[in-house]
Amino acid sequence: MEMKLFLLQRLTAMIMVPFIFVHIGVIVYAVRGGLSAEEILGRTQGNWLWIAFYTLFVISASIHAPIGIRKVLKEWAGLRSQVVNLVALALGLLFLVLGLRAVIAVGGL
Amino acid sequence: MLAVRIWRGEENGEYVTYHIPSRENQTVLDVVTEIQRQVDPTLAYRFSCRVGVCGSCAMTVNGKPRWTCRSHVKNVVENGVIQLEPLRNMPRIKDLVVDMTEFFDKWKKAGGEFIGTRTRQDRPALVDPESKARKQADAAIECINCAVCYAACDVVEWDKDYLGPAALNRAWSLVNDERHADPKGVLKKSMADGGCNSCHTQGSCMKHCPVGLSPTGSIAGLKKRSLFELLGGK
Amino acid sequence: MVKSVHRHKAYFAFLGHRISGLLLGIFLPIHFYVLGLALGQVDKLDGFLKFSELPGVKIAEWGLILLLAIHLGFGLRILVIEFVQWPTPGSIRLNWISWSVVFSVVIGAVFLAGVFGS
Repeated sequence: MEMKLFLLQRLTAMIMVPFIFVHIGVIVYAVRGGLSAEEILGRTQGNWLWIAFYTLFVISASIHAPIGIRKVLKEWAGLRSQVVNLVALALGLLFLVLGLRAVIAVGGL
Repeated sequence: MLAVRIWRGEENGEYVTYHIPSRENQTVLDVVTEIQRQVDPTLAYRFSCRVGVCGSCAMTVNGKPRWTCRSHVKNVVENGVIQLEPLRNMPRIKDLVVDMTEFFDKWKKAGGEFIGTRTRQDRPALVDPESKARKQADAAIECINCAVCYAACDVVEWDKDYLGPAALNRAWSLVNDERHADPKGVLKKSMADGGCNSCHTQGSCMKHCPVGLSPTGSIAGLKKRSLFELLGGK
Repeated sequence: MVKSVHRHKAYFAFLGHRISGLLLGIFLPIHFYVLGLALGQVDKLDGFLKFSELPGVKIAEWGLILLLAIHLGFGLRILVIEFVQWPTPGSIRLNWISWSVVFSVVIGAVFLAGVFGS
């Protein structure tokens, strides 16, 4: 189980490396001259490239982060496997739900 | 004069400070030996070869796990003080002596025992020392199980299941040993819970290894090999 | 309370990656929630964006970008160490640690220039 989680985390990390570069680029570009909801949504609503990219991003992050947090809880908080597994699952679902909701909201679906 | 703070006791105990003359050529092993012979014969510590080839004298010197026979006082003393403690991550038997049972158990658990496939009737194996696999094995083979890396590793402290750098380094050397009967079995053991997937590449093991080995590298090799295994490749 | 066995570069890279990951992990749900305000509470989103114009908030955002860039840099180093062939057993790419820090600072500077410069 630990080996599978390890590889899943590494795999999602590899997927997200280019995503992060793009995201940083997008953010640094977008914040110039101030931000407004109108400005952002004008660019993102109905934009299928945007929607696809961030959907994949959200799913990857929802797998990657909980696996990491799980290990930290196990090593630094000393929690048992059963507990951290549940926490990881819950966090994964939380990230997924909130993240996909954000994609739907900003992408105008 | 040198002030030497030494842990006396087992899990419960205290630091006792001894004072001995500072000498021109003095290793920490010389210091401990002088204290035990001239000052306090009840002090318990381990040593054997005293020339840096056996690893028996490993202990924590001013916070770092080292071989005392290869630690010149000049290089480790801090403000005229040397603090000596037993190695971390192992139960204390007495003073500077620890119980290494679990360390060796984990070595076995990682598949460290070599199983030959030939008998004395067969020719010796012809292993090309320049082959990629043999080079990988050679880079890891010199380990003498002194447990300095095991003591340096935080994950060993945080995760009771973690097999540790020495055990996994050994596993890697066997995965690459063409004479070994069951390299796949060793790989499988290193991929189990508490195996290579628990390593966070902190690098404390390779930083402190007195032989200059890199369990970090060996474990990275195991991780890479695991990816191929799980993807069904070879 | 950093033990002396910890005072080396690769350990700080581990710590930096873990702590930045934890902080980002706390930030992410908040980030998702705020963006989700675009679902029928656009004025609330706008209000938040106006609030984020405050210099203090921009500094915090700069900090987040630093965290993200650090996490990326240190993480990429790990991926390379673990999955790319080691040229020598001793190479854990310590120089990548410094370069990751430089990269983060540069990105942070670009962000600040874009935000305060215009």
